[in-house]
Amino acid sequence: MPRFARGLLWVGVSLVGAAAFAVLALARGETVSAAWVVVAAVCTYTVAYRFYSRFIATRVFGLDPRRATPAERLSNGRDFVPTNKWVLFGHHFAAIAGAGPLVGPVLAAQFGFLPGTLWLVIGVVLGGAVQDFTILCCSVRRNGKSLGQMAKEEINPLAGTTAMLAVLFIMIILLAVLALIVVNALKASPWGLFTIACTIPIALLMGWWMRSWRPGRVGEASAIGAVLLIAALVGGGWVASHPIGAAFTHTGTALTWMIVVYGFAASVLPVWMLLAPRDYLSTFLKIATILILAIAILIILPPLRMPALTPFATLGEGPVFAGKIFPFAFITIACGAISGFHALVSSGTTPKMLAREPDARLIGYGAMLMESFVGVMAMIAACTLEPGVYFAMNTTPAALAGASDVLKTAGFLVTPDQMQALAAQMGEQTLIARTGGAPSLAVGIAHIFSGLTSALGGKSATALWYHFAIMFEALFILTTIDAGTRVGRFMLQEIVGHVWPRFGETSWYPSIIASSAVVVAGWGYFLYQGVVDPLGGINSLWPLFGISNQLLAAVALCVATTILIKMGRKRYAWVTLAPLAWIVLITMTAGWQKVFSADPKLGFLAHAASLIGSTDPRAPRLIFNDRLNTFMALLFMSVVALLLVVSIREWWLVLSKRKPATVNEAAFVESGYAA
Amino acid sequence: MPHKGESLPHRVARTMRRIIGAPDYEAYLEHCREAGHPPQLTEAQYVKEFFESKGKGVRCC
Repeated sequence: MPRFARGLLWVGVSLVGAAAFAVLALARGETVSAAWVVVAAVCTYTVAYRFYSRFIATRVFGLDPRRATPAERLSNGRDFVPTNKWVLFGHHFAAIAGAGPLVGPVLAAQFGFLPGTLWLVIGVVLGGAVQDFTILCCSVRRNGKSLGQMAKEEINPLAGTTAMLAVLFIMIILLAVLALIVVNALKASPWGLFTIACTIPIALLMGWWMRSWRPGRVGEASAIGAVLLIAALVGGGWVASHPIGAAFTHTGTALTWMIVVYGFAASVLPVWMLLAPRDYLSTFLKIATILILAIAILIILPPLRMPALTPFATLGEGPVFAGKIFPFAFITIACGAISGFHALVSSGTTPKMLAREPDARLIGYGAMLMESFVGVMAMIAACTLEPGVYFAMNTTPAALAGASDVLKTAGFLVTPDQMQALAAQMGEQTLIARTGGAPSLAVGIAHIFSGLTSALGGKSATALWYHFAIMFEALFILTTIDAGTRVGRFMLQEIVGHVWPRFGETSWYPSIIASSAVVVAGWGYFLYQGVVDPLGGINSLWPLFGISNQLLAAVALCVATTILIKMGRKRYAWVTLAPLAWIVLITMTAGWQKVFSADPKLGFLAHAASLIGSTDPRAPRLIFNDRLNTFMALLFMSVVALLLVVSIREWWLVLSKRKPATVNEAAFVESGYAA
Repeated sequence: MPHKGESLPHRVARTMRRIIGAPDYEAYLEHCREAGHPPQLTEAQYVKEFFESKGKGVRCC
């Protein structure tokens, strides 16, 4: 295509995107089609990928197709394997996309569809995708080293140790909040619990098939697993309508104990038995469901019932979670806009599989854009619900009563009969106060999927689609819990191993059991307190998770900035410094408000103070939890403050030439793929 | 990387295995061929070792 025509094409794409944003921004009161959200997002991603990611690839990092990657130089047919860029894109995307980009936007929908959508789209192109891409580039040039190792070598050993401890604490909060979402989705839901419970024997069968009966035959095992999963999903409907359903109807507390026992077992059992087969099953399901959801949204283009902005955007007294748009919209949506956890994947398996350096652009930047689009679809699914239904589902009765005047004024009304009818349509006993985001997302997905099947001439099967969506969400959340508990166990073994070497032996069973028990007890405690919290737990745990995840992004961006300065690219350091400054601003502000705000709905200490002298028997425990949450928030903030100080000191030493700019890159080796 | 002469179903299966992060013994055999040494692991040993290292991988939220 001639250069002039290409230029015109990109101007056209930019104008279409700008027009879509204008429609979204100017819509007040009238219903807006989801098509505008999709167009605005896709045009922005396309322009950002074409221009900004290319700028980072060529000017900032100078990615070189002639330079052999670790996958080529250290190829061993196991972890270092040169992989086709599209295959690696799928692998990387499956590893970074979990429940975060689905749940965060659903919760942030309490502000309306606009703030969350803007943050998802702008945040990813300038922050999240930049972080994933730059950390991948840094790791590829360092033989696939991890974030902690790079922090240690490029900044200093204190930074490395601090980053490792930060990851461990963040993991505890992450696993607790994810488990809370599953508990809230499966509470008093025999259909959902039966289906999820069936995934355990299905995974065990798949594991035995792949490991012992037909070693390595993953395709056969996955096909059998998929068929059994569908049977479990359909069977769940039968179970729920029969007396046997009582055996699968449990309270949140009972489910908490079940999930804690499951997490411990998954950490102690061999990987092939439970973790790996469940991971394969959930990856297939994740990719297929996201593809179908994207196609369904594009075909149906559902109208958005939620307004662009709700009164809670400025009042800061939202019933789903407390706090104003700034900083809480940016904390609530982490995955999908910027997620520090991705830095662990970008410096984990992915750099060891990259065949050519320039492929990092598609995989690091492109896969994160795709995850952002998943977040946009979740936002659309949540905003297709009537606002009254959305708030009734995502709010505890106590919080709903507190916000009833605002909801009434805004016209966000729903009657008990309407909620009962919706629950019956979804095959559930109730959908009121199903906090955590997963059930309301499932209702949104069920509406979209049943609309698609109806449009194609089939039955709507809304209840089946609802439980399919619950299964889809719970399955990969449990996969994250499996993998996260095990990784936490390895980290704890490594840390304790420094003072007691025997404990550091990852195959020594007393150490496996003790470290698994400590990690499970850590997240299990926060989970239990979230389940019994009168405000639903999400109100305090999700912001804490958002703060910790974004602070890990700050750690990653500190490492990337340090490396850019040492590479002699200080004129381009703004690429990572700009998102770093924004992330530090929002997380520190949110952390400060969560700890010190005088509003008991928002501040942990103010909430604790409001309970002193209370006759409520739960008060002492709630006060203790508030103080524990305060400690965690201050710990995360201190860790980042410390890392910032040591990073800035390192930048100053290098820039003022008091310290040589030593780049710890692997030596250049000519690539065999360049010819 | 793509293999010449590989049938479509074989290629699809190989691609899916790599995307979900499943053991790929053929990749190991191919590496051994290219490196010019005989395979040191049987398929069962390879699968066992693969699963042990997989447990250290991170899945994001």
